[in-house]
Amino acid sequence: MPGLAKLFVNGVVLGVATITVAPLVWMLSVSLMSPGEASTFPPPLVPGRPTLDNYRGLFARAGMGGYLVNSVVLTTAVTLGSLLFNVAAGYAFAKLRFAGRDRIFKVLLGALVIPSQVAMVPLFLLLKHLGLVNTYGGIVVPALASIFGIFVVRQYALSIPDELLEAARIDGAGEFRIFRSIIVPVLRPIVVTLAVFTSLGAWNDFMWPLIVLSDMDLYTLPVALASLSREHVQDNELMMAGAVLTTLPVLLVFLVLQRYYIRGLTLGSLRE
Amino acid sequence: MKSVGAAWWFVAPALVVIGVFFVLPVFAALAMSLTDFDIYALADSRNLRLVGLRNYAELLQTPLFWKAFRNTLYFVVVGVPLSIGVSFGAALLLHSRLVRFPGLFRTALFAPVVTTLVAVAVIWRYLFNPHYGLLNYALSRVGVSPIDWLGDPSWAMPAIIVFAVWKNFGYNMIIFLAGLQSIPEPLYEAARIDGASIWRQFRHVTLPMLAPIVTMVNILTIAGYFQLFAEPYVMTQGGPLQSTVSVLYFMYEEGFKWWNLGSASAVAFLLFLFIFAVTAVQLRLARWTHAS
Repeated sequence: MPGLAKLFVNGVVLGVATITVAPLVWMLSVSLMSPGEASTFPPPLVPGRPTLDNYRGLFARAGMGGYLVNSVVLTTAVTLGSLLFNVAAGYAFAKLRFAGRDRIFKVLLGALVIPSQVAMVPLFLLLKHLGLVNTYGGIVVPALASIFGIFVVRQYALSIPDELLEAARIDGAGEFRIFRSIIVPVLRPIVVTLAVFTSLGAWNDFMWPLIVLSDMDLYTLPVALASLSREHVQDNELMMAGAVLTTLPVLLVFLVLQRYYIRGLTLGSLRE
Repeated sequence: MKSVGAAWWFVAPALVVIGVFFVLPVFAALAMSLTDFDIYALADSRNLRLVGLRNYAELLQTPLFWKAFRNTLYFVVVGVPLSIGVSFGAALLLHSRLVRFPGLFRTALFAPVVTTLVAVAVIWRYLFNPHYGLLNYALSRVGVSPIDWLGDPSWAMPAIIVFAVWKNFGYNMIIFLAGLQSIPEPLYEAARIDGASIWRQFRHVTLPMLAPIVTMVNILTIAGYFQLFAEPYVMTQGGPLQSTVSVLYFMYEEGFKWWNLGSASAVAFLLFLFIFAVTAVQLRLARWTHAS
């Protein structure tokens, strides 16, 4: 009986996993088919003659190279900038004393319940006044700090012993030196977690870039793919290649750093 | 702990960004929802007038707003229980000691969560294709006649729900899995010594221990599902017959296609108030069941 139960449970898990991964594998397979091959019935599962033509077409005709660069630049800028702001602030909320600290932190936590879309219309007008609409700045500047990021860093930094800071201060180290040479190394694991989280979020973001970027030259991959897919409804093979190009980088980052990502998930879920 | 001056240097940059680019716009949204801010005001702010609650009153008389609200509610009421149910089932499966390679399967089931929504929406639009989509092909093998998933007003929202469940269930699965792993083994041992069956162990140990996590997962998932936007934008463009226009999709078109920014702000605020009310009710219910 235990043998049978084991077989059953493993069979179910294998089945669920297959169904879950199948769309992604199929995307990869169709992206290697020649034009029109996927628009037949029954749908072919593997390409007759695998070809990279769709990928070539994406770069040569659809300008995907430029969108790829936009996505890479924006994701890097958002990630580096917000790490600096959030790690500094999270550390200060945990370990430095200043007027109104706990009250400000409570207000920030309360603000977590407000969906970001509520701010979108006035934010658009504000950025328009600042001349940031239809620029990289319109994406990067509002993303430079996040309540979630500050919160995650603070929770982790709370465990740093005060003696460590006191000892450094007695040795005459300034606050910025302490931050750079003592705090940042101690916070390294949570910094990696936050970096993975932020970069995946920035890469995948859709609604805000769609609103702020009107110039096609500035489109990120998701915005470009959405716009292409509205034009090229029939070019399934081309669209699948575009989907691979858009989602493969994040999948790879996740596969390599999933330990850090999953920790961020369970940390974030404890935000009560 | 002193060093007051330096502390501000650490927090000020982040607080300024959050204050200027989030808190201020939220209050501005409330103010704007009381004005007739439109494309003329966009060109010249002298065309701006306070109109009190007129935007709200007009929205409540707009059939498409109500349709968007009903569509979103449908997505939440059907999608959230389905999504959480699949997450919970998958977590229980992965938690079973019988499973071989649990790490590998966890990664596979979680993969859709990290994918780019727009990219996988494009894949699923193709899977749902009535003529040569894989889904109808699979169904035809078991004798189901073709369904026009995204072209039929009564099937479009269910199709989007199927897609959303596939995309999202891994997230809550990880949280449930962490919860299951944190239940102390002695509790189960004690139950077994008392002769409790597997089902009774589940009912009287697993479920009560997970209750706080379930409440939290419910609240976060419902709030997330109310923010439906990219799925209809990519897969159906709100159609067919506006059967997949969501509240945010409506807000997007109202604000950034027709430039009725006052009215769009009112839509955003109504959505927020609704999510807030639903969250408050859930917290109240959780506290109430916890007390009794």
